[in-house]
Amino acid sequence: MEKIQITLNINDKSCEVMVYENDTLLEVLRDKLDLTGSKESCGEGACGSCTVHMDGKPVRSCLTLAMEAQGVKITTVEGLANGDELSDLQQSFIDHGAVQCGFCTPGMLMSADALLKENPRPDDKTIRKALAGNICRCTGYTKIVEAVAHAGNPKDHCLDCKSAK
Amino acid sequence: MKPFKYLSPTTVEKAISYYGEHSETAKFIAGGTDVIVKVKEGWMEPDYLISLKKIEEMGELHKNEATGELSIGALVTHATLEKSLMIQNEYPIIYDAVSNIGSLQVRNVGTIGGNLINAVPSADGAIPLIALDGVALLHGPSGERSAQVKDLFIAPYKTILKSGEILKKITIPTQAPNTGSAYIKFGRRAAMELPLIGIGVLLTLEDDMETCSKARICLGVAAPTPMRAFDAEKLLIGKKINKEILIEAGNIAADESKVRNSIRGKAWHRKEMIRVHVKRMGLKCLEIIKNNS
Repeated sequence: MEKIQITLNINDKSCEVMVYENDTLLEVLRDKLDLTGSKESCGEGACGSCTVHMDGKPVRSCLTLAMEAQGVKITTVEGLANGDELSDLQQSFIDHGAVQCGFCTPGMLMSADALLKENPRPDDKTIRKALAGNICRCTGYTKIVEAVAHAGNPKDHCLDCKSAK
Repeated sequence: MKPFKYLSPTTVEKAISYYGEHSETAKFIAGGTDVIVKVKEGWMEPDYLISLKKIEEMGELHKNEATGELSIGALVTHATLEKSLMIQNEYPIIYDAVSNIGSLQVRNVGTIGGNLINAVPSADGAIPLIALDGVALLHGPSGERSAQVKDLFIAPYKTILKSGEILKKITIPTQAPNTGSAYIKFGRRAAMELPLIGIGVLLTLEDDMETCSKARICLGVAAPTPMRAFDAEKLLIGKKINKEILIEAGNIAADESKVRNSIRGKAWHRKEMIRVHVKRMGLKCLEIIKNNS
């Protein structure tokens, strides 16, 4: 099978890349562009560890063909930080102990980031619904939900927020 | 994943002509949340994937305010329906069903047309469209035809679509005044779940706000295909709707269902849940009608 050249807009950079037509976006991100933040776990759309944004909306990159990702704005977890400066959400994950093994974290961050852009002060139920498609086998979710609730507005919050500041 | 060529036509006609060139070696793909999994697993082995995503007319969601007819393009995503205030306000049964499909990442990509054509017994999207008397517009090599959404399904994973035919859109006829509708996806957990049973009820009341002039009781996972409980519906027509008669309708619907034991639940449990939720959804319809009057 022949490879073909496509252009993807990833984290505000235009990337020209040679792909097979059956390559998933996740394979291209990880294997061709060395953006290994997005993870493959189930590979069938159930676990959420491959979540990226397409035009700001969280989607499964393991179920998206690279061919289908042309002409849209793709954001991966590598695109959240501003250089070496973590986003408030990323910092909040660290402050609240929301990362254990870390495998689900990139997907969690991408789902949560999309939520916070739509709704900067989500309640507990809204956060849980937004993260319903992301599986974590370590944390029991509580710390993750706290981290999202307190991202960017640590003043009126929990002990973890206070000890972090 | 097996190798294939990816084709991306911009019109329905072009998509059908691509299919004509490659016939059985080609598969149509919309959101891809089912097709890609099937190709990865080797259950589907296409040489050509014909993506419908670039066909703009199939992505339109539009209500004709003059006639009251709602038109849902087959490529409209679950998330688009879920976020539409018009859907939330006027078609709560659609909102109830699509807002709990898969996860947000799946709803952002998965389409209502794909949900129908995939034709699983548990398709949440099918139940509201059947309850609303939806009509599917199909386009194939020999032109267009339409079919009631309730008649689309033949067996699990099997629809009436002929080779090379595409589901273009679903139209929902004008709803009568004093109509309420509701759906519940009943399962063990709230996230990433298929329903143990899916129950949709639609009721229209006469001007006295008591007597039922139209009833739809639609069940998912209650038979090999989504079904209507016709006897239960018949019971309600011309009667004053209250809790007692809804309980009776629930009992009849449970008897009409062809529920089975499966890995997700037992037949007796499904029957009990039909009884409970036909009543509850019926009461919810009444509440919606009263709130809107």
